[in-house]
Amino acid sequence: MPYTLTDKPKRHRFDYKTETTDQPIDTLGVFAAMTEHRPPVLSKVVFPARQPYLPVMTKHEREQTANEATSLGRDAWETIKRNRMAQIGGVLFITITLLCWIGPWLSSYSFDQQDLAYGPQAPSAEHWFGTDDLGRDLFVRILIGGRISIGVGFAATLIALLIGVSYGSIAGYVGGKTEDLMMRFVDAVYALPFTMIVIILTVTFDKKSIFLIFMAIGAVEWLTMARIVRGQTRAIRKLNYIDAAKVYGASHLSILRKHILPNCLGPIIVYTTLTIPAVILLESVLSFLGLGVQPPMSSWGVLINEGAKKLDIYPWQLIFPAIFFSLTLFSLNFIGDGLRDALDPKETK
Amino acid sequence: MFNLIARRLLQAIPTLWVVATATFVLLRLAPGGPFDDEKPLTDEIKAQIEAHYGLDLPLYQQYFDFLGNLLSGDLGPSYKYPGWDVQEIIAQSFPVSLELGLWGLLIAISVGIPIGTIAAIRHNTKTETGLMGFAMLGICLPSFVVGPILLLVFALNLNWFNPLGWSYAADRVLPAITLGLLYAAYIARLARSGMLDVLRNDYIRTARAKGLSERVVIMRHALRTALYPVVSYLGPAAAGLISGSFVVETIFFIPGLGPFFVNAALNRDYSMVMGTVLFYAVLIILFNLIVDIVQMWMNPRARHE
Repeated sequence: MPYTLTDKPKRHRFDYKTETTDQPIDTLGVFAAMTEHRPPVLSKVVFPARQPYLPVMTKHEREQTANEATSLGRDAWETIKRNRMAQIGGVLFITITLLCWIGPWLSSYSFDQQDLAYGPQAPSAEHWFGTDDLGRDLFVRILIGGRISIGVGFAATLIALLIGVSYGSIAGYVGGKTEDLMMRFVDAVYALPFTMIVIILTVTFDKKSIFLIFMAIGAVEWLTMARIVRGQTRAIRKLNYIDAAKVYGASHLSILRKHILPNCLGPIIVYTTLTIPAVILLESVLSFLGLGVQPPMSSWGVLINEGAKKLDIYPWQLIFPAIFFSLTLFSLNFIGDGLRDALDPKETK
Repeated sequence: MFNLIARRLLQAIPTLWVVATATFVLLRLAPGGPFDDEKPLTDEIKAQIEAHYGLDLPLYQQYFDFLGNLLSGDLGPSYKYPGWDVQEIIAQSFPVSLELGLWGLLIAISVGIPIGTIAAIRHNTKTETGLMGFAMLGICLPSFVVGPILLLVFALNLNWFNPLGWSYAADRVLPAITLGLLYAAYIARLARSGMLDVLRNDYIRTARAKGLSERVVIMRHALRTALYPVVSYLGPAAAGLISGSFVVETIFFIPGLGPFFVNAALNRDYSMVMGTVLFYAVLIILFNLIVDIVQMWMNPRARHE
């Protein structure tokens, strides 16, 4: 007796509050490896209640589900469109970034222009956010600091991405003893206090260039990425289409690049988005401890540190940088959460 | 169980060796040494001091001496605090850091788990949105923002607490909140998603169908499974609490190990840096082991793997 769908497959991947017995079969399979080892199922099918699970579809079902299948990107976009916090986060982040890059050009002050005669002034029409101890305009300094903080965030994340993805995918693809050894190394480094390693890395070289800071941060942030990509690669490697590609004569490199990495894209995007705020935070901790960017440059961590020292007399010096900093973290985290909901059907935020 | 502990402890040895070697190499690559001060010493005096500490020996010799001393549990003398051994400094300042970390952890757990659980029970309501918004606030307000603001409001304006110091019981409140808030937020998020996953299970429906009260269903049946991800997060959280305490100790002028470490790194106090890093590495390895044991106890299936 052929197995038929009693009702039309409906989209209810995110609708968990209803107590339905319909089991949504894992749709994109993108995050399967992170949670359990289940091969990706390529189409989206909802089987009716109390029917035995049949992985094989009839022709009729295949035709039905083919109409329902959507691409990863379009699916994600649909979800994002419904997530208002992620949209607010996106708009906010773009606004802050644009402000940081364009703002300093429009202002008549420069970030290191001192006005010692006046010293610290409260916010006014002249200086919107007030000035610091040396009479430097805080608005411009915050925007310049934002360039550094956001720039370091992206650059270090890029480094973490490059190392983590290549390391993880190679480990997962090669398998066997090599994989064991590679992942054991990651475990070993994982067990260490990150901040301490970064501190040692930053003091190792005396000239504290920005380049060095994001190298140091990138050098420790890749570990989680490597773990995620490796898990994903391991699950995909055993699938038939990889064998098919091998039979076809594809090189290992092209299998990795064309067949494996595109299927890891979801988790990579999500984790990248969540790494950026983590990196910005780490840079600020370093700057706060006096190990980050050096004067006269500023970053949000430096400004918050300076403000925190004098918060009882010049509170604006703490409050404004802190607002910018927190809003940026807010927006990035909301974007990351939104993307996770969109790209990962298993997670529930 | 015994196998796991033995295996982990054996694995710890190469890890610690890698850490020790990497730190040693990095520190020696750094320009300047512990005795290059702003006011330079005369060459004779510097040579004499360096000979005293064995810093004139060839590097490989210093390295093996260091490893040898390490095996006998001796971390060597601090170069910046003459007359003090590194283990003495750690023994004196670490209890403070530990106490701060434990208070922070206590706050993180006792705030985070209820918030996450309640948010999950009230899924898709205003309560949930509010609680999770609060948790997001905790994630986006790092300790060096929260710390000074708490100081400003509660110590300087309201005068409830001393702004600095570590002498009275009340001095623990603000630093512990500052330290614990971020982790409370993470734990709340983990607890919520864990609880949401669990509540979808069939055995929860069975429990409700039996007529158990919602309270019993949550507390007796759901919570233990729901907290599984929280427990596995406690390993990394411990590492975070340790490094987070650097910042908090700096803000509140707490005599813990954090400021010692930062200063030692800046001043090239080789033995102090190595000692602290190794000490923390051991601590984190131990903590991860404890977390694994607790997880085994929580999840009988893991015991048979």
